[in-house]
Amino acid sequence: MTDKILMKGNEAIAEAAIKAGCRFFFGYPITPQNELPAYMARRLPMEDGVFLQAESEVAAINMVYGAAGAGARVMTSSSSPGISLKQEGISYMAGSELPGVIVNIIRGGPGLGGIQPAQSDYLQATKGGGHGDYRLLVLAPQSVQEAVDLTTEAFELADKYRNPVMILGDGMIGQMMEPVEFGEEISPEDLPKKEWATVGNKDRKPNIINSLSLQAEKLEELNIRLQKKYEKMKEEEVRVETYKTEDADYAIVAFGSMARIALSAIERAREEGVKIGLIRPISLFPYPDQVVGKVAEQVKFMLTVEMSCGQMVEDVRLAANGRCPVYFYGRSGGVVPTSQEIYEKIMELVRGEKE
Amino acid sequence: MMKEVIIAGFGGQGVMLMGQILAGAGMIEGKEVSWLPSYGPEMRGGTANCHVIVSEERIGSPFVTNPDVVVAMNLPSMDKFAPQLKEGGILIINSSLIKEEPDRQDIRVIKIPANELAGEVGSDRAANMVALGAVIEKVKIVEVDSILSSLKKNLPERHHKLIPLNEEALKKGMEAARE
Repeated sequence: MTDKILMKGNEAIAEAAIKAGCRFFFGYPITPQNELPAYMARRLPMEDGVFLQAESEVAAINMVYGAAGAGARVMTSSSSPGISLKQEGISYMAGSELPGVIVNIIRGGPGLGGIQPAQSDYLQATKGGGHGDYRLLVLAPQSVQEAVDLTTEAFELADKYRNPVMILGDGMIGQMMEPVEFGEEISPEDLPKKEWATVGNKDRKPNIINSLSLQAEKLEELNIRLQKKYEKMKEEEVRVETYKTEDADYAIVAFGSMARIALSAIERAREEGVKIGLIRPISLFPYPDQVVGKVAEQVKFMLTVEMSCGQMVEDVRLAANGRCPVYFYGRSGGVVPTSQEIYEKIMELVRGEKE
Repeated sequence: MMKEVIIAGFGGQGVMLMGQILAGAGMIEGKEVSWLPSYGPEMRGGTANCHVIVSEERIGSPFVTNPDVVVAMNLPSMDKFAPQLKEGGILIINSSLIKEEPDRQDIRVIKIPANELAGEVGSDRAANMVALGAVIEKVKIVEVDSILSSLKKNLPERHHKLIPLNEEALKKGMEAARE
């Protein structure tokens, strides 16, 4: 017997948020993440928290802005089209230096798209998404347990950097059930006070939370400060897993659920004597440039596998910086590449490379 | 040991719950498990399926493309998933609803009249448990006790009065598969 519980990714993320001291959730329904707000609707009232189904995604993200400004741990979740609607508010949060956790359980796009899993919001998540020079910390779980662990971390990181953090999953992570264990519960009362929060200004000067700055020099100062923050993230917050890269002649780079499918293909190729390993970026921003760059020196090629038409591959190429060829394989629109397809792609490339 | 299972039927036959009970049983035994549902715009009468993996090792892809076992509760499910079975794999078909033969010679076919057998214990809605009984009898994947504990965990409290009936259905399925 174990203490583990079998849970859907969506529900597990919600429970992890509550255990991290999150008492506010604002959202608007969309498949394939609906179990997350449904879980919050049931659970948050039990913890004297607030669940609110907003009239739109735009309203929901601005409610997140408000709760974050008041110093609370707060979450919203959505899937691709809904996340696009939230971009303005996310940019405002970054500009106002507000912490908050945003969950994107990606579905196939563009437009209203479909409801099957995809990773085609990689660029939106990691390169800003909204307007202005800003970045989110982006974490991509590959299992339900990791979704739980990263959600806990996401709240810590959001507070540490006063910056929105995104959990980037896909329909598979959201819908899949796996055994999970939760860490210790944090009570909101035990969290450090946020001196900058707008909670009433008795006996002190008012705190102001705002992203409007009409003086160009002042706004540039903010941008310089934000950039320093992102540099610090690059130094301290890179998270990456490597698997069998020590002796590898080739490497696959993949994140999230795609990395698991790739892993099955890697095991098969290894059985055929092909020495191939895996680099799995867990933080997508900051990106594990150094690890990718180092492995690029050693391998004959890299293959990036994604559930998109090729987005992360751009970062892999930047990190590899010409040290090895970087190939791409992907399926899009909600089609999930099978381990068989990836295996065949590996073998085709290995044969081509030997010719 | 890694067993990959696809359970499929039409919405309302309880195929999702079947998969959850199986995955839950594996978890109780301390194994690695995953359960992945189809989540299209299906509803009652539409088709539904789930992929279950029970393994001693870390599970790579939770998406099953070449199952060791397929449970087909209706004909469209057999047509769709029997071709994906591994050579020598096990196809469990609900012969109450499937009269056709599968189009393969290289697999083991177990025919279980799941609806009739479930009817014998009191409700043909327990056909899913009959089929699950056949799975654990024919594939050494989890122990029957683990299935029973998992069943208890997966059924909401208000349905706990149905546990004895489900147990009966499970045993019927095991017996039928033994014959």
